[in-house]
Amino acid sequence: MVPLSYYMMLSAIVFLTGLVGVLIRRNIIILLLSIELMLNATNINFVAFSYYLHDPAGQVFVFFALTVAAAEVAVGLAIILALYRGKATVNIEEFNLMKG
Amino acid sequence: MFSFFYFGTIIVLAAFLVVALRNPVYSVIALLIMFFHMAGLFITLHAEFLAAVQIIVYAGAILVLYLFVVMLLNLKRDDSYQRQLWLGVGLGGVALAEVISLVISAHLTVSPPLNEAGRLATSAQTAGVVAQGNTELIGALLYTKYLFPFELASLILLVAMIGAILLTKKGILEAKGDS
Repeated sequence: MVPLSYYMMLSAIVFLTGLVGVLIRRNIIILLLSIELMLNATNINFVAFSYYLHDPAGQVFVFFALTVAAAEVAVGLAIILALYRGKATVNIEEFNLMKG
Repeated sequence: MFSFFYFGTIIVLAAFLVVALRNPVYSVIALLIMFFHMAGLFITLHAEFLAAVQIIVYAGAILVLYLFVVMLLNLKRDDSYQRQLWLGVGLGGVALAEVISLVISAHLTVSPPLNEAGRLATSAQTAGVVAQGNTELIGALLYTKYLFPFELASLILLVAMIGAILLTKKGILEAKGDS
């Protein structure tokens, strides 16, 4: 049987991949995809703990995380479309409107 | 054991490809592969409802939305990485080493999952998992104990819908900019 710590390591690897993706990429769409990676990494942890602790509450929380992910994608892609309409680019370095 | 390593390897590889590939369309396809294998991982963890929802909502709705926007924007240009590429990768490696050393040294005191016979003998709630199935159990929990968060989730979706419509509607943001 797989130990719980293996699931935590898998989750940590996927989460940090998403974090590094947010740090190193310039394309805003890839940044949103990296945020999806991080949300899914937390879902792995929730489901693994729900199975190992015999408590279905973890699966309910994955359900809520999924709802938030769907809302985040809808709003995020709408923001990307609005930004693209203004500057015709999705390169994050072009958007420095709020720089002091 | 084998299924965990198969799904885990594919998930990690696909996650790396999402971040590393330069073409956004290929990144989205890699994320699609990752979501399918994550659904498989959920099935091995006896979360069948979440596996189905993962495929229906993530692969069916969210990724199609991503692909739609990527193709709508027609991003042909090959964008490079940020200048702090190796700094970011190094920081990620340090954080990963830290998390793995923490997990190894933690000595988790979680009981291993029981077999079916032992599972039936534990608490009534856990016995319900076997008796009535995963979907029924989550549904019952959602409409009793987690009813208020469930309603909040619907409110979040409503706000997201209104926000997306307002943000993409032509004229609203521009008109405010002009005045």
